[in-house]
Amino acid sequence: MEKRVIFNNRVLPYALVAPQLLVTAIFFFWPAGQAIYQSAFIPDPFGLKTQFVGLGNFEFLFSNKYYLAAFQTTAVFSGLVAGLSMGVALWLAVMADRVIKGAGTYRTLLIWPYAVAPAVAGVLWLFMFNPNVGVVAWYLGQYGYHWNHVLNGAEAMGLVVAASAWKQISYNFLFFLAGLQAIPRSVIDAAAIDGARFWKRFWTIVFPLLSPTTFFLLVVNVVYAFFETFGVIHTITSGGPQQSTTILVYKVFADGFIGQDLGSSAAQSVVLLLVVTVLTVIQFRFIERRVHY
Amino acid sequence: MSGMVEKRGVGLWLTHLGLVIGIVIICFPIYLAFVASTVTQVEIVRPPMPLVPGGHFFENYSAALLSGVNAPVWRMLMNSMIMALGITIGKISISIISAYAIVYFRFPLRSVFFWLIFVTLMLPVEVRIVPTYEVVANFGMLNSYSGLILPLIASATATFLFRQLFLTIPDELAEAARIDGAGPVRFFFDILLPMSRTNIAALFVILFIYGWNQYLWPLLITTEPEMNTVVMGIKQMFPSGDDLADWPVIMATSILAMMPPVLVVVCMQKLFVKGLIEQEK
Repeated sequence: MEKRVIFNNRVLPYALVAPQLLVTAIFFFWPAGQAIYQSAFIPDPFGLKTQFVGLGNFEFLFSNKYYLAAFQTTAVFSGLVAGLSMGVALWLAVMADRVIKGAGTYRTLLIWPYAVAPAVAGVLWLFMFNPNVGVVAWYLGQYGYHWNHVLNGAEAMGLVVAASAWKQISYNFLFFLAGLQAIPRSVIDAAAIDGARFWKRFWTIVFPLLSPTTFFLLVVNVVYAFFETFGVIHTITSGGPQQSTTILVYKVFADGFIGQDLGSSAAQSVVLLLVVTVLTVIQFRFIERRVHY
Repeated sequence: MSGMVEKRGVGLWLTHLGLVIGIVIICFPIYLAFVASTVTQVEIVRPPMPLVPGGHFFENYSAALLSGVNAPVWRMLMNSMIMALGITIGKISISIISAYAIVYFRFPLRSVFFWLIFVTLMLPVEVRIVPTYEVVANFGMLNSYSGLILPLIASATATFLFRQLFLTIPDELAEAARIDGAGPVRFFFDILLPMSRTNIAALFVILFIYGWNQYLWPLLITTEPEMNTVVMGIKQMFPSGDDLADWPVIMATSILAMMPPVLVVVCMQKLFVKGLIEQEK
């Protein structure tokens, strides 16, 4: 779509796009270019000069078991976060959709965790499950279960998943509720007249009609789990124990800033760049045609 | 309008009960943090801690605000506020004018610029951490507000949003403005800006939360406690090693850190929902 009416000015349009382009060039393209460039070099042991290694850093990366483990951890983590937060949100949205009175109040009470920063969410959950002082950990202890996510990798994963999913429930709830409310009542009433009970109606009519929303949320949640949960992981586990919660973004940070392995960190940045590109393409391909009923 | 399949009687009460249970579970972490911020350290380190608020609210909050652990929390809150507002206002300003240029002018390289802005969608700060840090360090912007703000203000999404909005504004308005002798600057300030008011407000809510909740970026570039933002500063309040964390103060800080964005969401719920849903279109 294009405007028919336009203004003629030789200088003004450039002045208007200049700030955005300047910021983009300095803080986006230059660093991204640097990452690609650095990924082809390794510093010598004394850090005095660098040596060209071509794709060597990538070869090393993909034969490194810790990096491959981070891939697997990321996949498990994002699958669990997306599944848990979308499942709970859908459940709540279906219930909120069924009550006419009070739906607005429930919405208000359910949306505000969206505003809590991932890092703060991490601190809150850490506090509940702290092996020494945490209330939930203590009550679990009373029932004979000794919670210690500092030592137990599976518990650590469970905790970062719970904290990350908790924060995202609000977002998913809003979109599911909007999706449910957009389904024409007459369709559901018709099914009810035909004698379909609630769960039957849900799985045969409501859920399929929600599928564009579900797919959209799946992409958003995966992007969230990949890139926005750094704060949760850094506050609760710092990637441990034994790297059991080191996701890809955390590893770029750990190798680049703590390990000072710049070549490898740059190569990891390039890999992530490709991941984001794929996710963005998926998002645009499918979400453009998001609502088709 | 209520259809015929809404639950009545027992089923309706069960639905309400389910929702209330869901809300209790979702609110519990925040409630517990609030309780912890009103009791003493002794009550917390001897589990189980109490589950109802205690009487040390003012004590803990003033300890946090006025002295904190590494830096007073009022200072970190101020840093967060400056960063969040800087990012929000910066993003909106540079996006609205670049969208204006792209929609209302024809000039060489127009579509190239459009694509250059578009591509930034694929470069979140998390994937270019180390090199972006180097650029900022080379500019001498570590531990500065411009270092906190500038690298985060380019925005493809906001530019798109304004572009979409401008495309829906009838051509007749620009035509009429031109006939009346209004130039592009007048048209922008007198017509376009007032017409974009609700969109700007909705975007403001979303971007403020985004800016306030930044973690990784301030963690990298603010090494002086005086420049820490509150969201990243909480983690710095935990002692290294086996020392005991000052839980009441840390929890009071957590509550303070979530207040501004939570208030924004609750008070501007309509705009917030509009902003969220439009941003994803």
